[in-house]
Amino acid sequence: MLHRLLSGDLPRSRVLAVLLILIVAGLFLVPFIFPGAKALDVAAKICIFIVLVASFDLLLGYTGIVSFAHTMFFGIGAYGVAIALTRLGPTWTAVAAGAGLALLVSLALSLVIGLFSLRVKAMFYAMITLAVATAFQTLASQLSDFTGGEDGLSIRVPELLTSAFPEVPRLFLGVALNGKIISYYLLAATTVVLFLVMLRIVNSPFGRVLQAIRENEFRAEALGYKTVIYRTASNVLSALFATLAGVLLALWLHYNGPDTSLSFEIMIDLLLMVVIGGMGTMYGSVVGATIFLLAQNYLQDLMKVASRGLSGVPVLRDLVHPDRWLLWLGVLFILSVYRFPAGIVGKLRMKAVVKP
Amino acid sequence: MTFALETRELTIRFGGHVAVNAVSCGFAPGTLTAIVGPNGAGKTTYFNLISGQLKASAGSVHLQGHDISGLSAPQRSHKGIGRAFQLTNLFPNLSVMENIRLAVQSRAGMGLNMWSIWSSHKDLIRRAEEVLETVALTAKRDLAAAALPHGDQRKLEVAILMALQPDIFMFDEPTAGMSVDEVPVILDLIRGLKTQGDKTILLVEHKMDVVRELADRIIVLHNGALVADGDPAEVIASPIVQEAYLGIEVAK
Repeated sequence: MLHRLLSGDLPRSRVLAVLLILIVAGLFLVPFIFPGAKALDVAAKICIFIVLVASFDLLLGYTGIVSFAHTMFFGIGAYGVAIALTRLGPTWTAVAAGAGLALLVSLALSLVIGLFSLRVKAMFYAMITLAVATAFQTLASQLSDFTGGEDGLSIRVPELLTSAFPEVPRLFLGVALNGKIISYYLLAATTVVLFLVMLRIVNSPFGRVLQAIRENEFRAEALGYKTVIYRTASNVLSALFATLAGVLLALWLHYNGPDTSLSFEIMIDLLLMVVIGGMGTMYGSVVGATIFLLAQNYLQDLMKVASRGLSGVPVLRDLVHPDRWLLWLGVLFILSVYRFPAGIVGKLRMKAVVKP
Repeated sequence: MTFALETRELTIRFGGHVAVNAVSCGFAPGTLTAIVGPNGAGKTTYFNLISGQLKASAGSVHLQGHDISGLSAPQRSHKGIGRAFQLTNLFPNLSVMENIRLAVQSRAGMGLNMWSIWSSHKDLIRRAEEVLETVALTAKRDLAAAALPHGDQRKLEVAILMALQPDIFMFDEPTAGMSVDEVPVILDLIRGLKTQGDKTILLVEHKMDVVRELADRIIVLHNGALVADGDPAEVIASPIVQEAYLGIEVAK
């Protein structure tokens, strides 16, 4: 059962298995163990980014295609739902219509960009995706009648997902089961399903061909695999899952704008999460997204505490001042990439092979 | 008769250089043809034209009488043309087993299956294990291909070709760089293919003792052109081969 659910791709390391169980259990219990809006918000972001990072890993880690247009598809999903909800009102039909249209747009765009990938070398392909993504970002902020421009769109979501629902929420273990909690659990459940689907894809015969293409495209061709088809399919699939992550983002935030889904900063975060977690491992997306977002959201708080504790020590006090949190975040990432070039999951699995 | 494989006036030019020059040659099923010639004679280029890695400037390639000149490398692979490469050409970070399994999977036409678990296709794995056994690599099945010593990599290269089960086998110096005690494994495999009787085998080889032992026929390429073709003993004895190919040995 577990074997089928995880597509035969078990963690293969005890430490990793424990880590994954902790993360999943933590995510599902957040409303009960960490009350407060911030914790729930960070947990929801982790879920959304697990989907986004996993979809990027499908392309980068498994197929070996470097693309900078991944946030574009994320944005298309978020804008699709946001625009549909603004125009059609807060109904589930609007959500479905927005998501459906967004998927169609992503399908068409990724197909076109994917076909480019056959014509040009890896580096130029990366440049093309960068150009397309930048153009799209400009377009999104210029078409302000549609997209709300730089301000973005604040949206009203179906009533079930709002914190005002129901009027008198039931209490469960001291937590009010309102629309916010419902929408968090819907989000978490969707994340699990999407992740397992992607895990299945990379462990299918098709997924094995993707890895063969990453390793030696010329040889894959000689074996009889039409790499054109596989590379394009990988591009399209990865774009569609990113679009779905975007849909989840807009529904969670009740808002979408260029900075929340399209910005190049998110693209860089995404790259870091994939690399920290471990490219080509899928589980890396869970570990990478969790560690990155926890650090991004809580490092500053942690430093505030440390700084107060060290208020008597002159240099140290300044070093851990909360304003320096970005510096320390950077140091953490450099260290982790330096210490774990294969990512955390890659490293754990290697260790597990050495000492069984 | 219809040849299993035939090239007609097959030519490729790189700028002003004619690497393969109007080579017309037919290969009958059940025979092993050795292709010899000095370095730079165009042997590997000739192979690339047949298996589709290069497109001919002129002339054509025919498989069972059908013109396949317009087909891509993967399409030719599916039509039954199998190729082992001169420079070892593997999936370096995938396991030995996976290298072979991917070939078996391609042969089974399963590549686009996205919804089953690869390891649930036990028949493919069993078939890959059989091939692994024939090249005596079973003990190293879980090693990464890149971690194998050179001789084993050559064996794996041949094993991948076997796993594809083609009708046309093209070996490009299969024993190059192998230690003496490893060579027989490969030669036995090729001999085994010959006894099946319906396989067409093309072999580029520099070691004349190997050629003498295995070949039913020898063709000689020199500066991209076919300069001799016939019975091994005759061809080896002919003056043109003595001069063009074995010249160095004679000079010694």
